[in-house]
Amino acid sequence: MHTVTDTHLFRAVSDATKKALEIAETHLPEDVTAALEAAYASEEEPIARAELGAILDNIALAEETKRPICQDTGVPVIFITLPPDIPYTPAIEEGVRDGVTRATASVPLRPNVVSPMTRANSGTNCGEGMPVVHITPGDTFMLTVLPKGAGSENVSRIAMLLPSQVDNVRRFIVETALEAGGRPCPPIILGVGIGGTFDRAAFLAKEALLEPIDEMDTFEQQICDDVNHLGIGPMGLGGRTTCLAVKVKQAGCHTASLPVAVNIQCWAARRATVRVIL
Amino acid sequence: MTIELATPLGDEILDLKAGDRVTLTGMVYTARDEAHLRMQEEGFPFDPEGAAVYHCGPVISGETVIAAGPTTSARMNALTGFLLDAGVRTLIGKGGMSADVLGLLEGRAVYLAFTGGCAALAASRMKVRGVWFEDLGMPEAVWALELDHLPLTVGMDAHGHNLFGDVAARAEAEFAQMFPK
Repeated sequence: MHTVTDTHLFRAVSDATKKALEIAETHLPEDVTAALEAAYASEEEPIARAELGAILDNIALAEETKRPICQDTGVPVIFITLPPDIPYTPAIEEGVRDGVTRATASVPLRPNVVSPMTRANSGTNCGEGMPVVHITPGDTFMLTVLPKGAGSENVSRIAMLLPSQVDNVRRFIVETALEAGGRPCPPIILGVGIGGTFDRAAFLAKEALLEPIDEMDTFEQQICDDVNHLGIGPMGLGGRTTCLAVKVKQAGCHTASLPVAVNIQCWAARRATVRVIL
Repeated sequence: MTIELATPLGDEILDLKAGDRVTLTGMVYTARDEAHLRMQEEGFPFDPEGAAVYHCGPVISGETVIAAGPTTSARMNALTGFLLDAGVRTLIGKGGMSADVLGLLEGRAVYLAFTGGCAALAASRMKVRGVWFEDLGMPEAVWALELDHLPLTVGMDAHGHNLFGDVAARAEAEFAQMFPK
């Protein structure tokens, strides 16, 4: 067992956060690019094909020029797994804030974080309670960033359904995509949290967006097909592909409750995981 | 076939139909929520006659456009009338705008859709030419950007046709069939 000082921890977490953001903002995960390429291959409508073509060109250009894929570089949501020999101290969250501030200058990222009521911009993508950091125990010290854009976040929804409304879960999810229409930059990915408490359902929905999208279970596939039948298409201009994938996470809930949260993700489903090196 | 447009725009935009593919060359001015409010209060920092307003909060570094894709236009639905009254001929953004805006466009302006999220692609076709209202912060300031053949789709034309509206109406009907009340 080695001892880890707060200074080491701060520096290691800051470096990992900066590196993960630099990767996530300029390079889309392979499973997401593959899903977009498959959508382009299957699309027949000329406008939808042009939209998907522009998206694929944009992904290649961002990769080549090391520029952000989207100008909404999002707000960073951070997930850390902490092995037993690493102390859980405030240096971890401080390191994240430092890494986010440095990445804001190095990528560069758009300064998106403002004070909610005064709307004053911090310029660093950090603010009171931001970025959001989730820490869970794990075997290895890993850090994942999920930069989340506002277009898709703003049309996400939560419902506290009645226990008698289990059959309405699917309807609520599809209706969320319907009401969102072209606003969240489709083709979208739906992260769904079912059960838990009000807050837990929303967290599960966000966490579901970390899952690879190259496979779905029967329930997820069914909802994905439903959303694609709506014909909203890339950017809401019509077409076969509205939804690339649906990922569902569940938790136990109160016998009198049925929370359902749907977190919508735009096609720029940016996420990157790096090892934190001490 | 792609139609080539250049700013300042005139009556040629009245010939466009929803669904047409176009490219736009010349100056555009970015404006989001805060910039609309500021221009309503203080007037235009640019000549609005024949102008193109781009719903965009770019990432700019010095003189370089790093990323500049479109933002969600619907947020500006209620803030759009004064732009069109002043002679603005096109609004560029993503996701389309309301039925009220479609009415306001009638006979004078069009809405052009640029592929949401395509910031690197957009940046490769743009140069920074000026900025106003920098105190609003980088995304909310008004940036003068010079475009070189930016590829766009006519989402809403000057004759009451709305591609987004048609798609949304079909989606509503499909949903009602899938999940009858």
